[in-house]
Amino acid sequence: MLEQWLTSDAAYIIIGLISSMLRMATPLGLAAFGAVYSERAGVVNLGLEGLMLVGAFFGVLGSFLTGNPWTGVVFSLIAGGVMALILAIFTLKFKANHVVSGVALNLLGQGITAVLLVAIWGNRGKSPDVAGIYPVYIPGLSDIPVIGEIFFRQSPFFYMMIAIMIISWFVFYRTKWGLRLRAIGENPAAVDSLGIQVFVYKYLAVVLGGMFAGLGGACLSLGELSMFSRNMVSGRGYIAVAATILGNWNPVGVVLASLLFGLTSAIEMNLQLYGWPTQFVQMLPYIVTILVLGGFVRKVSPPKAVGKHFDRSDTYV
Amino acid sequence: MRRVLNLACRLVLALFAAGLVLYFSGYSPLAAYKAMIWGAVSSWDGIAQTLVQATPLIFTGLAVALANNCGVFNIGAEGQLYLGAMAAAVLAAYLPPLPHLLHVIIALCGGALFGGLWALIAAWLKIKADANEVIITIMLNSIGTLLCAYLANYTFKAPGPVPQTPTIHSSAALSRLGQGAQFSSALFVGLFFVLVVWFLLYHTKLGYDLKVVGSNPRAAAAAGINVPQMIGLTLLLSGALAGLGGAGQILGLHGRYIDGFSPGYGFDGVAVAILGGNSPLGVLFSALLFGLMRAGGMILDRTTNVPVDFVIIIQAAIILFVSAPELLKTLKINWKKGGVKHARTVADK
Repeated sequence: MLEQWLTSDAAYIIIGLISSMLRMATPLGLAAFGAVYSERAGVVNLGLEGLMLVGAFFGVLGSFLTGNPWTGVVFSLIAGGVMALILAIFTLKFKANHVVSGVALNLLGQGITAVLLVAIWGNRGKSPDVAGIYPVYIPGLSDIPVIGEIFFRQSPFFYMMIAIMIISWFVFYRTKWGLRLRAIGENPAAVDSLGIQVFVYKYLAVVLGGMFAGLGGACLSLGELSMFSRNMVSGRGYIAVAATILGNWNPVGVVLASLLFGLTSAIEMNLQLYGWPTQFVQMLPYIVTILVLGGFVRKVSPPKAVGKHFDRSDTYV
Repeated sequence: MRRVLNLACRLVLALFAAGLVLYFSGYSPLAAYKAMIWGAVSSWDGIAQTLVQATPLIFTGLAVALANNCGVFNIGAEGQLYLGAMAAAVLAAYLPPLPHLLHVIIALCGGALFGGLWALIAAWLKIKADANEVIITIMLNSIGTLLCAYLANYTFKAPGPVPQTPTIHSSAALSRLGQGAQFSSALFVGLFFVLVVWFLLYHTKLGYDLKVVGSNPRAAAAAGINVPQMIGLTLLLSGALAGLGGAGQILGLHGRYIDGFSPGYGFDGVAVAILGGNSPLGVLFSALLFGLMRAGGMILDRTTNVPVDFVIIIQAAIILFVSAPELLKTLKINWKKGGVKHARTVADK
């Protein structure tokens, strides 16, 4: 019975759909971790699109320069971290509006990658092909029917996303650092009064988040296309913002939300194949987010002090 | 005066920072800036191009600035602009030819209406469910862009391979000015609305109430102002301005709706409003400045190997440096009465 089903067309399509759902969800999930870390520490991060772009670009640059795609991954981590540091400095030190700084970060990522593309490769559209990172067949496990095909023949980025999810969940909910980080997002003054260095946590969380978003970008460039093309993130940063909200700022939640949005992308790809309109499927992540925020679906609760400036001198007046 | 100096200082810092990026990319920033500015002002074509580029930014800048005055962050001008453009393009192409001015006004009103209604969704959710208007308008941007892409690809698609609507009737076109020049009377519509918004904000009770809500919603409510109604009205007007900007692009420049015609005018509006200090005249000034940089950037793109995207970096730097209140304090640049005193000059850093 099962064996018969497994050879049918329906099984082929469903397995393909789920497998590409996981693939499409990976960059979203990684980038959404960026917002989760940042916003748990109270800094709104709407710059995911820009962070992903620089991650994607520098990932390819690293691979291009050394011939080793994993150097590219390191490059993308650094690039994402440095970009996020700009966000951290402007919002935390210079007290800039978080949303405005996020918009600037997106523009910065778009501009810098486009200028460097021309400066380095003299091409306005795309980089040359570089060594990419390809799916790994996990020995043994990948031979399991269906399960192996879906879960154990994925890109290393997928396994990284799962690892980061588990570690982040553990850190957030089972360690004192995680408790402090979450408390800072809710009430920084209270945490500060316990003598904890609030700003150290904030800076670290934003930069670490930027590194994850950069990794999400590398997943697109190194993991999917093995090259960089202009504005290749094309709105995924905003979908990741949506995933953060739907996932209620929880590492496991955002991965589940990313999977949902990965599914819409996978369906969209199939529709495209048959020449059907894709726009309405593409809208789904944004519509779901609006329904959630409008209180129609489920209640989400962002960190209470997110987006607010914290100044120690205000606390003890 | 101090405010202007402060702003000028931030602008210089932003240009310096953007120049640094260019320098590290292996270009000469000074030569690039010179080519940009000289290219944009040295010829009639350059000046015309500056005005063409500035026109949509006046509208989206006004849209963002008006909402900011009411304490509402409308980051969705991009989506509202698209909706307005589509509405205007459809009215201008599918209505039978009408008397010239009438048709133009109908198409513009349609654009304003749809832009405004699109923004009103965000206002409704903000009032009803206390949903964050920033996220809602960002999501509406993507939905609006995709909706218009669908309409241009299927419902209103003109024959041919390109996703675009049919050409508009000439009775609905905003007349072009000058021979060969691309800029149209959409610019004057923009200037007119600069005056309208200025009058609204500084010379009407409505504008006064709007600013009170923006500076202190609780005090406004205590003073008997209907805050939710004011937020709704502001977003409606703000969206209408962005929609008009889109309509202006269609009726004045493209002559039809072309899929993806906006390179991000809505987000540029955020930069324009911030640099313009959220005042209508400031918006006009900064839209012209951004228009000049864009026009110059296009010339830079053609004449040197610096891509036009450099302008986006400048824009990002301007947003960052202008919107950071404690930047100058931290960099120890202080103003004393009667002049500029640098505790440490900018050059030292």
